[in-house]
Amino acid sequence: MSFLEYAPAPESTAILGLRDSYGLFIDGEFVDGHGKPFATISPATEKHIAQIANADASDVDTAVKAARRAYDKTWSKLSGADRGKYLFRIARLVQERARELAVAESLDNGKPIKESRDVDIPLVAAWFFYYAGWADKLDYAGLGAAPRALGVAAQVIPWNFPLLMLAWKIAPALAAGNTVVLKPAETTPLSALLFAEILQQADLPAGVVNILTGAGDTGQALVQHPDVNKVAFTGSTAVGRAIAKSVAGTGKKLTLELGGKAANIVFDDAPIDQAIEGIVNGIFFNQGHVCCAGSRLLVQENIHDEVVDRLKQRLSTLRLGDPLDKNTDIGAINSREQLERIRELSDIGEAEGAERWTADCAIPENGFWFAPTIFDNVSTSSRIAREEIFGPVLSVLTFRTPAEAIAKANNTPYGLSAGIWSDKGSKILAVADQLRAGVIWANTFNRFDPASPFGGYKESGYGREGGRHGLAAYLTNSPVAGLVEVPTTTKKAVAK
Amino acid sequence: MTISTPVALAPAERAIALLGGDLTERSLRLHLEGLSGVDAVGLEQRAADLGTRSIKTTSKAWALDRIIELIDLTTLEGADTPGKVRSLVAKALTPDPSDATAPRVAAVCVYGDMVPYAVTALGSAHAAGGSEGINVAAVATAFPSGRASLRVKLADTADAVAAGADEIDMVIDRGAFLSGRYGQVFDDIVAVKEACRRSNGSYAHLKVILETGELNTYDNVRRASWLAILAGGDFIKTSTGKVAPAATLPVTLLMLEVVRDWHRLTGERIGVKPAGGIRTSKDAIKYLVTVAETAGEEWLTPSLFRFGASSLLNDVLLQRQKLRSGHYSGADYVTID
Repeated sequence: MSFLEYAPAPESTAILGLRDSYGLFIDGEFVDGHGKPFATISPATEKHIAQIANADASDVDTAVKAARRAYDKTWSKLSGADRGKYLFRIARLVQERARELAVAESLDNGKPIKESRDVDIPLVAAWFFYYAGWADKLDYAGLGAAPRALGVAAQVIPWNFPLLMLAWKIAPALAAGNTVVLKPAETTPLSALLFAEILQQADLPAGVVNILTGAGDTGQALVQHPDVNKVAFTGSTAVGRAIAKSVAGTGKKLTLELGGKAANIVFDDAPIDQAIEGIVNGIFFNQGHVCCAGSRLLVQENIHDEVVDRLKQRLSTLRLGDPLDKNTDIGAINSREQLERIRELSDIGEAEGAERWTADCAIPENGFWFAPTIFDNVSTSSRIAREEIFGPVLSVLTFRTPAEAIAKANNTPYGLSAGIWSDKGSKILAVADQLRAGVIWANTFNRFDPASPFGGYKESGYGREGGRHGLAAYLTNSPVAGLVEVPTTTKKAVAK
Repeated sequence: MTISTPVALAPAERAIALLGGDLTERSLRLHLEGLSGVDAVGLEQRAADLGTRSIKTTSKAWALDRIIELIDLTTLEGADTPGKVRSLVAKALTPDPSDATAPRVAAVCVYGDMVPYAVTALGSAHAAGGSEGINVAAVATAFPSGRASLRVKLADTADAVAAGADEIDMVIDRGAFLSGRYGQVFDDIVAVKEACRRSNGSYAHLKVILETGELNTYDNVRRASWLAILAGGDFIKTSTGKVAPAATLPVTLLMLEVVRDWHRLTGERIGVKPAGGIRTSKDAIKYLVTVAETAGEEWLTPSLFRFGASSLLNDVLLQRQKLRSGHYSGADYVTID
């Protein structure tokens, strides 16, 4: 055995005290759902993890009513400082149970434990700490004096960063004084349910946060419920569009964080070794299941061969396999459905004439896997350069001048993120100024911080999450003259 | 600015192959300044990432033995005596008296005037550049500051080689490097390399110490690494151990990237030696991971990678004992030297 193979170093699942089945978390308690329960499986082994309750429309109604009650009776009556105390408590409990949460996340989602342990869970805690600090300082959020909460927030989150997306949604909502009904993705409900246990541990008043598990129809019932004041969704552009239609004209405030097809622009004066790392991190982090992934590599033509060559060499050292092994770099694809989509788009890429290269790595027998893949000589009109693949697949395109790089980077219906690699600061600033993307990373990629707003242009959605801007999505600054006056029900608000 | 006559440099084989026959201060400068930059944040992030690898069971056992085989067991004190050197050599020969399976270190590293004592103490175990036994490495060229005339540096080197040193650890002139006199640094190395030549025409191995703690920026480290390789160094070494910071993982990663790139370009393998500040097995294993995942596993051999260390050996021995017995012993269960 060679040293580089490294003996297995699996994280133990013994730390998880999982139940056989999980109910819906409504009004502070786990209750049975009225839909047909479903199983959640580990994408790395296809093994059963737990039975999960399924919320139907009546459960959604019960949960929204609980959230409304909690809003009217408790949460809206608490001072900001007191809300902050709960959030700090949640943040500390997340840190205390970090290892357990990381294992659950990797088990259910398929992402490598080093990512859930070093990125996801620490960021979850950071998000709660950050917004806990805001809870008693809303007067300084730039929304005028005494901004007010909206009421009940309906939140639907995706499967790529299950607990982190939950934190992005719940932390600002609670800090701003709203109550929440949240639906985690069908394939990754586990960490949200452990989080519900943390809420019980933190003694959060009943009904302030409700967690409903289920599929698309549950989410639809939730966002269409007449008594929610705010809808927040992260997921695909198609579903986002449908949600935008369904809430149009209802007075519900909406934020959408949708797909992306980010350009990662590498100039010939880039710090080359770090750029290679950044390209790898940009597209292969979390198996490419990242809405802001740098899926289009735009490389200056004069260094194209060298970059692709170095990239292939680097990818050959990535370790694909058991997500719970501490040395795994690339985990499992989250679901069979997603794997099929990645395969289909990759086949289309090949058929359209792009040059396919796949890292040589052993694929485990069971589970859903896709080896890191690069498509070279991709043209801007190719489908793999246009559509979001949401997998470990990188399309390589070239450019000759900064102007061409900017034009190609912007030539997409999306506009969530972009990356620029150059040793020249002035060039970075000049190019960044002209990119139409919500987040632009310079000489790095996929870095997140609760203090930084995140969100997209164009079909990547609207509204911002994170930072002071993220508060605006959950507050109204027009308490007197506007449409919404501390709404108790939407009916009332509409009547005004 | 006026155009002055180009200053020709000493004709080093590698530099001529890469930069062309009319080797001048200017052609060297253009090459070094044309190297791609280093992003400090990204480099340190990558190094930290490599540091999170989890090396267990069989991999750990292999790593511990290999670390010992890669050590240049070092004593570089003003207070060094023949007795101290003999004691160091004894430790090098028998690292763990309680376990005969413990491998031997690669070399002992001493000041030039201590070389005869080390050679005598090693006796038949002196590898003399061969693959069996232990080498004698000597620091030279007015180590650690390098502040002496070239004549003195060359005499220092030639003395150590004549006394039987198999490896010479030289320091570069950091003052010249930082003031932009790359040509001078280059010519010095070429001259020292020539001073490593024995009467039979063979050469003592030359390790070039960059003293990265004084070069300060990663861009400088990358340039100095290329310069040292172009001038003919067999090894590039981080530090003297007398300046803080000494070896760090990011600096070593960067130097490994340079030797990896040199190998891509020419097919030739250059060695890397981090020295100073690596005291624990845990740290040393991070270095092994970094070597394996950057330059490749084939670099984990004494002719291509060394640790310059003194206290590291005992920590590795304690870890070896722990793997074998299942429990930790203590500092009194390994010999101090």
